[in-house]
Amino acid sequence: MPKPILTIKNLTKTYGKNVIFQNLDLTVNEGNTIVIIGPSGTGKSTLLRCINLLTRPNSGQIWLDDLEITAKGTDEDQVRQHIGMVFQNFLLFNHLTALGNVKLGLTKVKHMSEEAATQKAMHELSRVGLADRANHYPGQLSGGQQQRVGIARALAMDPRVMLFDEPTSALDPELIGEVLEVMRQLALEGMTMLVVTHEMGFAREVADRIVFMEKGYIVEEGSPDEMFNHPKFDRTREFLWKITELYGKKEKEAK
Amino acid sequence: MDFGQFVSYIASGTVFTVGVTLIALPSGLLVGSILALLYVYGGKTAARVMKVYSTIFRGIPPIVLLFILFFAVSKGINLSAFWAGSLSLGMVSSAYQMEIVRGSLLSVSGDQLMAARAVGLSRLQAIRYVVLPQAVRLAIPPWSNEAAIIIKDSSLVYALGVPEILRRAQLIGASSQRYLLAYLSAAIIYFLLVFATTRLLELLENKLTIPSNP
Amino acid sequence: MLTWLGYFKRFGMNFLRGAGVTLELTAMGLAIGFVLGLLLALARCYGPKWLRATAAAYIAVFRGTPLLVQLFIIYYGLPELGIAFSQTTAAYLALGLNSAAYQAEYLRGSINAIGDAQMQAGRSIGLSKWQTICHIILPQALRLALPSWSNEPISLLKTTAIVFLIAVQDLMAEGKRAATATFDFVGIYLAVAVVYLVMVFLLDALLKFLERKTKIPGMELETRR
Repeated sequence: MPKPILTIKNLTKTYGKNVIFQNLDLTVNEGNTIVIIGPSGTGKSTLLRCINLLTRPNSGQIWLDDLEITAKGTDEDQVRQHIGMVFQNFLLFNHLTALGNVKLGLTKVKHMSEEAATQKAMHELSRVGLADRANHYPGQLSGGQQQRVGIARALAMDPRVMLFDEPTSALDPELIGEVLEVMRQLALEGMTMLVVTHEMGFAREVADRIVFMEKGYIVEEGSPDEMFNHPKFDRTREFLWKITELYGKKEKEAK
Repeated sequence: MDFGQFVSYIASGTVFTVGVTLIALPSGLLVGSILALLYVYGGKTAARVMKVYSTIFRGIPPIVLLFILFFAVSKGINLSAFWAGSLSLGMVSSAYQMEIVRGSLLSVSGDQLMAARAVGLSRLQAIRYVVLPQAVRLAIPPWSNEAAIIIKDSSLVYALGVPEILRRAQLIGASSQRYLLAYLSAAIIYFLLVFATTRLLELLENKLTIPSNP
Repeated sequence: MLTWLGYFKRFGMNFLRGAGVTLELTAMGLAIGFVLGLLLALARCYGPKWLRATAAAYIAVFRGTPLLVQLFIIYYGLPELGIAFSQTTAAYLALGLNSAAYQAEYLRGSINAIGDAQMQAGRSIGLSKWQTICHIILPQALRLALPSWSNEPISLLKTTAIVFLIAVQDLMAEGKRAATATFDFVGIYLAVAVVYLVMVFLLDALLKFLERKTKIPGMELETRR
């Protein structure tokens, strides 16, 4: 029996008159990797921010395990500890080394000792293959390395679920692979992940389920095989065809 | 009176000039920083009040504001001209320093604050451990400029009778009838003070620069 | 409050007269500062080595010392060398010489932003160095400098408030006289502050208007590259 870690019901988010998404339902089971795809500006990033309570939904509920995190009086900081977030633009703390970035949450939020935090942070940095860059500042790292530190920073908090907001969109083509490799490894290790991305190769290969979102609605969701080979809706087929075509071209050009 | 005595009489005013600066600059920074934090993180009403404060204080010539504050303070509490003048100058500076701190807070805030919250830091922790350390670095160059302005504006308290460099230059100039030499000496001392201060802060800035690849 | 408002009635004409002098001081300082500042900026950017160094030293000295000291040197010090000015002339000079250092920096910034490429372009069609500066570089540099330069008039207006210390009869001097007459120093200087604020706001509005009028679409972008 799959155990849901993240349950979203009837979620609605608007900015003024602008409806970002409406009555959205989504369930993420333990150990699963869910990939959300769809055109830009369809509320995918906003959805992730709602889940992490970085922005408040207008209505609807979100449960993390058995806790309704959208309920009034929820300790937001407590919730965020259990939800890891990886940003499109990395958003490393520019004044801290790679190690400092990973350690900050451990010492200030989890109140770990300096020594234990260093040990744990170094462990996470090795997981993303950057132990030898521990004392480098973000400005001294490549984009791919920065994003891997971003992943290590989120992992260090031992989250129940990891949210990825277009983690490779800001990277040069040759740096995308190293980040996807780390994510693939995480999926294999059984981390629960919710990933917004345009990387169709990753979606096809790693996702347990693919969710196609457009204009604030979930158009279709299914296994990679269903979505790529027998999509129910023309819109899904059209989008997948376009994006595969586009990214295929880009990859060729990059080579 | 020989030349050495002449110059050292003026130079002894440096204690007061530096004293005024060392009171005005940090008190202006303290008030300015608190106001800037309120401006940026204190909600709409606070922001509006701070904006008015900033516009008015920065729209009035420093010497006028200095006189108002000085006479208001002197009426209320019994303070020496030195302290009243220094604190008043600090208040004049607070509006300018508020803008400096606010500017650097704004250029760090936003995404960095969000990333910190995402890790689980509280708002205060995020400001304390992520925003402020970066904002301080950004604020050094404009703050160095403000420090130079305060050193120069400290000459305004001469008008309140504080025996700082300019006042002493005036006194000895009058008694010796050698105004040119007196004021030139004062100018050189001011210049050295300003130069040393900006140079020192430049060193601090270089020391605090976060390493990055070119 | 009523007594305070009464000050405007009682001293209104004096304040207005003083404000007029303050505006004259601002205008003269700005004009002298602009001409000298332009020369300094050109000297710093295109002069021979010794001239560049001299201009740089001038700017550093006038920005690194209090205006009040500069004013006292000119008004009290120079007569010892046989160079004596009236109070007003000394004030014009001090404000102008001081402002020149700041205006030179604004102009230098925009001349640098325009860069060597425009100089080469001018030389390539056969213009001399000075022709290129006059016809190609300066027209662009002056427009480009306008946004940052527009701080200077307001800054200078506020700076003029110290010249009453050599007894120039500006707004501040009128304030001092009124303060001595009423013994209400705080109230009078508050009233003076209001007059300064009004002048600053009006000048600010005027400058914003001029900036909009003289804006050339695309100009900023083109030169910033």
